[in-house]
Amino acid sequence: MKREKSDMGSPRGWLYLLPAILFLGVFMVYPLIDVFIYSFEEGYNFASQTYFGTGTYNYSYVLHDPYFLQAVKNTFVLVIITVPLSTGIALLISVGLSSIGPLRNLFQTVYFLPYVTNTLAVGLVFMILFQKTPYSDGLVNLLLSWFGAGSVDFIDGPWGAKMFVLCFYTIWVVMPFKILILTSALASVNRDYYNAARVDGTSKFRIFRKITLPMISPMIFYLVITGFIGAFKAYSDAVALFGTNLNAAEMNTIVGYVYDMLYGDSGGYPSYASAAAIILFAIVLTITCINLLVSKKKVHY
Amino acid sequence: MEVILQNLTKKFPGRDRKRREDVIAVNDFSYEIPDGKLIGLLGPSGCGKSTTLNLISGLLKPTSGKIFFGKDDVTNLQPENRGIGLVFQNYALYPHLTVLQNILFPLQNLKGKEKLSKEEMKKKALEAAGLVQIEGLLDRKPGELSGGQQQRVAIARALVKRPRVLLLDEPLSNLDARLRLETREEIRRIQKETGITTIFVTHDQEEAMSISDEIVVMKEGVVQQIGRPQEVYDNPVNLFVAKFLGTPPINVFDGQVRDGMLYIGKDGVLPVKGVADKAVYAGIRPEGFLLQKDGPLTCSLQGVEVTGRDVSVVSHNPAALGPSVRSIISAEVPVDTAKKEVRFSLKPGKVCLFDKTTEQRILF
Repeated sequence: MKREKSDMGSPRGWLYLLPAILFLGVFMVYPLIDVFIYSFEEGYNFASQTYFGTGTYNYSYVLHDPYFLQAVKNTFVLVIITVPLSTGIALLISVGLSSIGPLRNLFQTVYFLPYVTNTLAVGLVFMILFQKTPYSDGLVNLLLSWFGAGSVDFIDGPWGAKMFVLCFYTIWVVMPFKILILTSALASVNRDYYNAARVDGTSKFRIFRKITLPMISPMIFYLVITGFIGAFKAYSDAVALFGTNLNAAEMNTIVGYVYDMLYGDSGGYPSYASAAAIILFAIVLTITCINLLVSKKKVHY
Repeated sequence: MEVILQNLTKKFPGRDRKRREDVIAVNDFSYEIPDGKLIGLLGPSGCGKSTTLNLISGLLKPTSGKIFFGKDDVTNLQPENRGIGLVFQNYALYPHLTVLQNILFPLQNLKGKEKLSKEEMKKKALEAAGLVQIEGLLDRKPGELSGGQQQRVAIARALVKRPRVLLLDEPLSNLDARLRLETREEIRRIQKETGITTIFVTHDQEEAMSISDEIVVMKEGVVQQIGRPQEVYDNPVNLFVAKFLGTPPINVFDGQVRDGMLYIGKDGVLPVKGVADKAVYAGIRPEGFLLQKDGPLTCSLQGVEVTGRDVSVVSHNPAALGPSVRSIISAEVPVDTAKKEVRFSLKPGKVCLFDKTTEQRILF
């Protein structure tokens, strides 16, 4: 394509861009740069707007903080478990949904319900399902005991049990959106491809693997990318399940750590919070770049 | 392989809430398609030609009636067990696979005894690609091909398993005019080379007439006429067939038969022996007109279009059903455009009479 040179410098063009640039600049670019600067200013104090000096001490403090390392571990476990699982299960459900005739709308509505339900309300329901109280062991423990397994404290118990609940919860919450996207992606695949494959005697599994999957791969890729980013930014889900003192519960996430450093009981350390935020930013950026590289081979537009 | 259709009927349940009755897409269709022929299913949209094709392919199940391939009753067989190749209107090439992978796809589905080694598959695929002359494009994706090339790939994919019957759904409708001419010759050549019984669907009568061994004209699910293209063109059984075939279309007049003479308006234009006196539709093919100074049919001249090879004279006659009468005259005959009227005499073989109520042909 040829672009006229005068178009680039046209003041009118910039005028049209101004609102977007202004908002993005004030609310996205400036804070990002600011956080980056904070992260190198040691002992920054909000009240006095002063700091002792500049350097990489904030990063070294954060990277040696056991709470931060715990948060990183939790976040990574959450990401690695929930993103593939939720996408996979959503794909299965969508394929199932698109191949049933009657009751399809009913099931679609049922699967979409979690999306419109309040996070904290859902958290409460999960607490009832999983929490051990002096009066009851929770519904899940009741079920477990029927199968002869010992009761587990999912909310205040061992780390593995708590992680299981968090992952379960996260998968359950993100599923509806993924199902919605995937069912519409499946519906948009031209029927003629399936008919052509049928005439050629293609097995159902092969149709799915060789035709359906490549055809909806852009949507799957979109879900994986946003899933990764969303899981890395997880915080409210953990609060809904385990309360605000996540560090004590060993259930903190990186975003939770940043929040605690700013406003938590042990808070008031914007420099450390900034450093942690920049580390998270770097992690998400790296993972997204890797995703994009992988997608070039696997995604067919 | 002969394809035999016996009383084939397909009804679709009515979707309309007010009118619940079934829609009859194909109504009692019987036809024996001879082996190794190219057959054109022809009709306006909604006439059931694509449904017929889908019934033969097995993608749809007939409501009643039977389909035989040779001696095998395939009525209840799944499409993959019928041994057909199907080319879709939009080609349905898998966009994420290369041309070669697309052609290989049907072969890779073979299981058990029929399973082929990689070399055999490749050999067969290359053979099919050679047949449609796309050897140079094997590594491209369908999106990088022109419409005509995609069509060839789709045909190669349909042929690679050596089907008993090849089915083409509107094979030329997505191509531009020049490619259409080229591709229809190509389809004819491929069909002749392989000798596979081929059935194709089209709404374009010119396309059907130019390459088919036989054409089937359908209207609203009912077969109107089956025959060799020229035969159907020359001897249409009813007004619909006469109007549907031929470009420019046949000119239809309100006519009157009196004492063995066909009158159009007040002009007695053609002696028609043995036809009872009554009002008729008179269909006259554009090439059925002869310019003649004292010809019996008088029309007022509207214009003359010279297309090089011949001249079409556009004129007007109050008895004509269409807005104008179009006649094609050899370019060597001079037309005096200054005159207000033209006079024609008619070639008897190019005039067909139809009953006014039944619209069936009246022979004379």
